Amino acid sequence: MSNYPLLSLAIWIPIGAGLLVLMTGGDRNAPLARMLALAGAVAGFLVTVPLWLGFDVSQGGMQFVELANWIPRFNINYHLGVDGISMLFVVLNAFITIIVVAAGWEVIQNKVAQYMAAFLIMSGLMNGIFSSLDGILFYVFFEASLIPLYLIIGVWGGANRVYAAFKFFLYTLFGSLLFLLALMYLFFQSGGSFSILDWHKLPIELTPQIWVFLAFLIAFAVKVPMWPVHTWLPDAHVEAPTGGSIVLAAIGLKLGAYGFLRFSLPIAPDASQELAGFIIVLSLIAVVYIGFVALIQADMKKLVAYSSIAHMGFVTLGFFMFSALAIEGALVQMISHGFVSGAMFFCIGVMYDRVHSRQIADYGGVVNTMPKFAALFMLFTMANAGLPATSGFVGEFMVILAAVEFNFWVAVLAASSLIMGAAYSLWMYKRVIFGAVANKHVEELTDINGREFAILAVLAICTLWMGLYPQVFTEVMHASVNDLLRHVAVSKIH
Amino acid sequence: MFDNFVIPDLLPAAPEIFLATMAMAILMIDLFVKDSRRTVTFVLTQLTLLGAAAIQIYTSSGEVTYTFSNMFVDDMMADLLKLFLYMTMIVVMFYSRAYLFDRPEMNKGEYYVLALFATLGMLVMISANNFVTLYVGLELLSLSLYAMVAMNRDSLASTEAAMKYFVLGALASGMLLYGMSMLYGATGTLEITELAEVLYQGESNRTVLIFGLVFLVAGLAFKLGVVPFHMWIPDVYHGAPTPVTLLIGSAPKLAAFAIVMRLLVSGLITLAEDWQGMLIILSVLSMAVGNLAAIAQTNLKRMLAYSAISHMGFMLLGIVTGVVGGDPRYALNAYSSAMFYVIVYVLTTTAAFGMILLMARAGFEADELDDYKGLNKRSPWFAAIMLMIMFSMAGVPFFGGFFAKFSVLQAVVAAGYLWLAVVAVLFSLIGAFYYLRVVKLMYFDAPVEETPISAGLDMRILISANGLAMAGLGLFPQLIMSLCAYALLRSL
Repeated sequence: MSNYPLLSLAIWIPIGAGLLVLMTGGDRNAPLARMLALAGAVAGFLVTVPLWLGFDVSQGGMQFVELANWIPRFNINYHLGVDGISMLFVVLNAFITIIVVAAGWEVIQNKVAQYMAAFLIMSGLMNGIFSSLDGILFYVFFEASLIPLYLIIGVWGGANRVYAAFKFFLYTLFGSLLFLLALMYLFFQSGGSFSILDWHKLPIELTPQIWVFLAFLIAFAVKVPMWPVHTWLPDAHVEAPTGGSIVLAAIGLKLGAYGFLRFSLPIAPDASQELAGFIIVLSLIAVVYIGFVALIQADMKKLVAYSSIAHMGFVTLGFFMFSALAIEGALVQMISHGFVSGAMFFCIGVMYDRVHSRQIADYGGVVNTMPKFAALFMLFTMANAGLPATSGFVGEFMVILAAVEFNFWVAVLAASSLIMGAAYSLWMYKRVIFGAVANKHVEELTDINGREFAILAVLAICTLWMGLYPQVFTEVMHASVNDLLRHVAVSKIH
Repeated sequence: MFDNFVIPDLLPAAPEIFLATMAMAILMIDLFVKDSRRTVTFVLTQLTLLGAAAIQIYTSSGEVTYTFSNMFVDDMMADLLKLFLYMTMIVVMFYSRAYLFDRPEMNKGEYYVLALFATLGMLVMISANNFVTLYVGLELLSLSLYAMVAMNRDSLASTEAAMKYFVLGALASGMLLYGMSMLYGATGTLEITELAEVLYQGESNRTVLIFGLVFLVAGLAFKLGVVPFHMWIPDVYHGAPTPVTLLIGSAPKLAAFAIVMRLLVSGLITLAEDWQGMLIILSVLSMAVGNLAAIAQTNLKRMLAYSAISHMGFMLLGIVTGVVGGDPRYALNAYSSAMFYVIVYVLTTTAAFGMILLMARAGFEADELDDYKGLNKRSPWFAAIMLMIMFSMAGVPFFGGFFAKFSVLQAVVAAGYLWLAVVAVLFSLIGAFYYLRVVKLMYFDAPVEETPISAGLDMRILISANGLAMAGLGLFPQLIMSLCAYALLRSL
């Protein structure tokens, strides 16, 4: 194992780079800002690579741990570490940051430095969320990450950006404030510790456990987002610039789901078992009902946003079936969704940059003018629909397999998502890409340039790699997921 | 004939004595200073404040010392609050300088002298151990402020604000005095520490005590500006010239916290159950009214006034959770949280009004919310500072305001008032809206004017330092937090 504080580097390199980018000032220095941002993103990614390579897959506990006093007055520590559940997200996040910087390369011409800086800072903060082992440290990163995204949506977003930015911020803040109270409650229950790992061992009676679970649920359900608190997501996605949508879908949504595994399940295992049925019902509604909602969308971004909610329904469904297969399936689904939804939003961004419309009706016959793009878009659409050999299939298949074992009807409803997913993804694809050239705009389209091709190609490789050989991803998770399940199986009530 | 006269120990009050002497000296010197050379007065004022701070540090013993027949007390809490007070006043005077020099009709020597007397009043309030001392300090502060609000005598709004402030302030002082006289009637003492002992015997008439307490709390509520005694706050904040608003909105909160501690905690802790009940109501009402009314404002000063009301309500949460069921176990945690909250709030609010002064220039007040439209285009750096101020006020990490809210909330949760904590966070959610709106104006909207910010370099550096200090407090709050706890531990 390495002696370098890799996790600290993964957090603070992007933030430092972000501040540096800010210093380049106005748009005169935009080229410099872009180069610095790219360098920061790449450096941030490189320090996460040893996390994966040096990860000990036989160990379920925390690795790369860093511990230092932060606020001794309240026993708050700067306590970092990753296990098999969180490590991949740190890497994914750092990777997506490069994509996002590249995605905004030419498209963003206005306040370039601030744009790039916001993404870099957010990337660092989100690494902080995934690697915090102290409740308050987690919370601080969790809430601070709202600020950059609020600005990204509000400054570079679409027509209705102000509404979307406020809705996003206030919705998430609402969830996290009650979460903060739950953290304080646990602090006093545990005799003065904010350590998440201490809380895992803390015995709590059922009633307070249920309250704590519900407080967590509000925070994470809003973030995931689960039905019925999902309504901020389509707005935020539609109004956000392409980069914002990519980060939100690829990483932002994972924060809530990650919270379930780090907080809800291990801290309130009895409440989790008790309320699992409730969560499963909510998840199935997300999968089935939101699938239908996606079907009727006229706006491509909204369609992908709703499909994200449906896919995240799969994730929460997997978590609350309490089997290794289901949880690993859900985790694979989360990572896969990071690649696929990121790519989908990027594809929509590519078309939007040229035509300035996200309406499906404004397109048709794009394949005639953008053949390379159409081919790559096809791959991601298929992955979104869960076609075998793409990453989208692996996670869904694992969760459905676990569901069959769990309850036949749950499995039937969950499996219906494969049909729904295929229906809305492919139907959109058909209307946008195939058919006769719909109008002048489509006729004038130019195919993707080298930069766009490179971004899509990298994402395509990831999607296929994960679809064909998911072993590398799942082997990391085994030990930690098994530990988690063993832990959840033991009641905390005495 | 002077046999019984004992010269009191002057050392604990040395900074006050120095400040009073200097204030009078500056009043004299200023007579000979031409209007165009007002910088002399300004420099002398700053040197006086610095000197007082130096004396404070030098004479501080860290022990609880009484002097002037126990009328005056110097302890760690007083020392700490006074140091923050000097610091705030120095910053306030710096922020005000350009504004005043741009407006010669207001840039009179009286302004500086009154500010020094207000400071003296606050110092006396912080160190008061007797109802009379406390009242004298309070009146010295209030009378100086009444005059300062009316400094711009040709402005209708200022004069109206001064009148309103004076009438309501006098009413509040009356209530406070009435409450004090009731307590005197019940216990036979004006001295706060002795009052606590007498009450501990439990032989006083409870009806009279509670009657007096109600008036006392009402008077304090006026001075703190919490609902339903908040009526003067929005008008005075709005009507007063911005430097005066800055003064009223910042340092006096430290003094108000001190008199709440002296009167309610040091003096009336045995009645804690009673006044806590009253303050809970005031606190919840303040958070509700302050946060809701702030949403409707179009003037930044008025918005900050309502925000001040809600912040004082939040601060009270730390005061009301000190004693639970007669058990003072949580007292230190709760009161030190409230103290930390006040200090962070003062730091933040100073920066906020400082921003208004930074943006203002001759003939332009920069106090409307719309004046901040597109600030990010005009000056990304100051937009970022204002962004930090707003997020700090909203209690979003990594800024000082988060840990201020955090420490008060944990005190509330520790005391078992979970419902109160839930109410508090729900109102801060509402509060987040109008702070976010300021950020929206600066970042999402196009500028209505392109005039570059004309403030001088000193102002730019100072306000940047102020903003960064606030952000730094969000990254490393430990030092001030533990200082507050330590000071209170040594004082109570």
